This record gives sequence, structure tokens and C-alpha cells, in this order.
Amino acid sequence: MAGEVLLFGFWGSPFSRRVEMALKLKGIKYKYIDEDFSNKSPSLLKYNPIHKKVPVFVHNGKHLAESLVILEYIDETWKDHPILPKDPYERANARFWAKFIDEKYLSAIWKSCTCEEKEREKAVEETSELLQFLENELKEQRYFGGETIGLVDIAANIIGYWLEIFEEAFGVELLRKEKFPKLCNWANEFVSISAIKENIPPRDKLIAFLRNRFGVGKASK
Amino acid sequence: MADEVVLLDFWPSMFGMRVRIALAEKGIEYEYKEEDLGNKSPLLLQMNPIHKKIPVLIHNGKPVCESLIIVQYIDEVWKDRSPLLPTDPYQRAHARFWADYVDKKVYEVSRKIWTSKGEEKEAGKKEFFEIFKTLEGELGDKPYFGAETFGFVDLSLIPFYSWFYAIETFGEFNMEAECPKIVAWAKRYLQKETVAKTLPDQKKVYEFVGQMRKRFGLE
Repeated sequence: MAGEVLLFGFWGSPFSRRVEMALKLKGIKYKYIDEDFSNKSPSLLKYNPIHKKVPVFVHNGKHLAESLVILEYIDETWKDHPILPKDPYERANARFWAKFIDEKYLSAIWKSCTCEEKEREKAVEETSELLQFLENELKEQRYFGGETIGLVDIAANIIGYWLEIFEEAFGVELLRKEKFPKLCNWANEFVSISAIKENIPPRDKLIAFLRNRFGVGKASK
Repeated sequence: MADEVVLLDFWPSMFGMRVRIALAEKGIEYEYKEEDLGNKSPLLLQMNPIHKKIPVLIHNGKPVCESLIIVQYIDEVWKDRSPLLPTDPYQRAHARFWADYVDKKVYEVSRKIWTSKGEEKEAGKKEFFEIFKTLEGELGDKPYFGAETFGFVDLSLIPFYSWFYAIETFGEFNMEAECPKIVAWAKRYLQKETVAKTLPDQKKVYEFVGQMRKRFGLE
């Protein structure tokens, strides 16, 4: 389906990268504009006055915000390589997990990495419980979407790639292979898919960015 | 094959009300099971092991959780009548965005008002008015958020109407004075039988909130 596609994003954000992953998977051409958080562009503020965040997706002049909303729109508009199943029950299940990942995982990982030393054990345990849910949900499948990646895999990019970056940047261990063999395996498979591989930020650049912006953990306290 | 539909719910829950309205709109018969949130049933814990929350829709033995996800599920399964979401992808996305906004903002800020006092309560009220001003902006001059007829966003927000009396009383303000467009919208939407029959009485909700406040030591 023709039409001009624009994406406002941030190179390090898993949320805007999700949208790029979906666009790449479906072979959709788009123009990308990278945002500077300390100096948000007038266009971004115009297109997302409510949350003032990336990603913002513009198709034929019509704009959308919130990565999961954008992903569903992309899937409904460009039918190649569907990322949501056809069956309503499976669709509901995919939406459930994508929402759950969005609501809980990044904040839990963040907390584990940046909290006070005395709170760390509890935060890591909470993150571990969350990771266990995903480990169980994977069952014997290659991806959360089954044989091919879907909405949940893309939403789980936080775990697929960013988690390891956080671990390295802040010196915290969260995704142990002995404890989460399936999830580790999934993460390796996930980042080797070309649509994903081409859309993950460079590792060293992201680690440096996180360390600079948020400090190198609280281990020195 | 007859459909077996069960709803695990709690009568004052705005999230549960969304599902009840959707089921009523589609004319779906179902078994309603009231949960005691202080003593959750084994069925609830089995059907929603992650969040352990209501509402849960159990359709032919399979659970669906999270109210807006349940509403979309209902819309997709019983697609032959009373559509709850628009057909156009952009309008659907727009509706999902605003329903998501309601989900992220309205419950938390409302809760802040009736569970706090003093400065915290005043801060909650300020935020509440900002959020509702934003919603009024989105409504504009339309009769409903869904334009000519009610839709997904209307459904996501209307249950909060049953809590307005409780919130404005404990918050010490007048909802109609502060958010006239929203109150007018709600009254318009309440003319629909499915909504009027589903929403609990505002006074009953007020009494329930009063009991909760006692438990939190606020009364």
C-alpha cells in the first residue's frame, strides 16, 4: 500500500525500534527522523502533544503514537508477514503478553539496575519472577509468535536485546542461562533475524550512552 | 454449539463494567460470577495466574484477561453485530490510543483523590482536571468519542461515571462544574439502555468507596 511513511524515533529506544523492526519485516519504506530528548523537535510535539514521546508514526499525514498501537496499525494496513494471529483467542493472548511486557518489564529491569544496593536483591527477584513467566510462555516454540516472530517477540525486544545491554552497562546479572534456557535461546534466535539485526542500536554506543546518562550503577556506594 | 460465557467480576469495578457493557451491546448471554477480592476464588487464580485480577472472561473454558483486550476479543468473535471498534485501520488505532490513555491515566488519578488527603489530594485533583480537560479536548464538539455513535473510547471511559459522585464528594469539588462536557457526554451515553442497565448506582458506589476509606483509615 503506497503512501508516505515517517517515523520519529530515538536510536536507543526499544519502543521506536519495535516500529522499525515491523516496518523492516514487512518491507515498508519509510523516512526516519532521530529525536534529541533534550531538544524535542516541533514536529514531535505537534504530532504527540499528549505524551511528547517517541515513537511517532505518520502515514499519509495521519499520525499515531504508542508503539503497540502503531504495530497493530501497521499489521492491519500492510498484510504481508502478519505479526498478529488470525484467531481471536490467540490475538487476545498476544495482546495480553505485549501489554504485560510493556507495563512491567522495562521498569523492573531498570529498578534492578539502578536501585540502592539494599533494595537490589528484592528488585532482582521480582525481575526474575517476570522472566520466569516469559520462559514458561515460550513452551517448546521457537518464537512467541510460533514459527515466525510476532507482536510479542517484537514487544519483547527489551528482553531480546536491551536486557543484556543493561546488564553490561550496570553490572547486574538478570538473565542467567541455567535459569532461563529457553528465553536465552529465544533471544539469540531473535537478534539473528535480519529485520531485527538491522534494527538494534550498536552495543558499545548504547552501553556508553547508558553509563554517561545514568551513571555506572550504584555499586561504588 | 452453544457458547459458554462466564464473567468473573466485581460489581464496582470500572474495568468489569466495560466488559458487561460490551456483552450487553452484543446481546451475549453469560454467567456472572461475583468475586470477593479479599478472598479470590480458585477459579480466578487459575484463569488469571499472572495478575490475579478481574475481569476475566471465560469463553468455552478459555480465559481472556485485561478489560480492553476482552472487549476487542468480544468484538472479533461476535463480529456480526453492533461493532465496538471502527472498521478503518487509522480510526481503530486512534480509538486504541485514547482507550489506552484512559487506561493509563484515569483510574490512578481517581484513586489518588479518594485515598489521600491534604496536599496529596489537592495534587491529585489538579492532575484529574488536567486529564479530563485533555479528554474534553479530544471529544471536541462530537456527541461521542466515536463521532456519530459511541465506540471503543466511550466504552472505556463511561464506567468512571458511576464513580463521579464518590470522587467529587470525597474530592470536594463538583464534576459538572469542572468538566461540563464530559458530564454532558456521559448523560447522553446513559440514554442507551445497555449502559443505563449496566452501570451501578452512583450512591451505591459512594457507599462502597466510603467503606474502603474507613479501611484505609481515612474516615
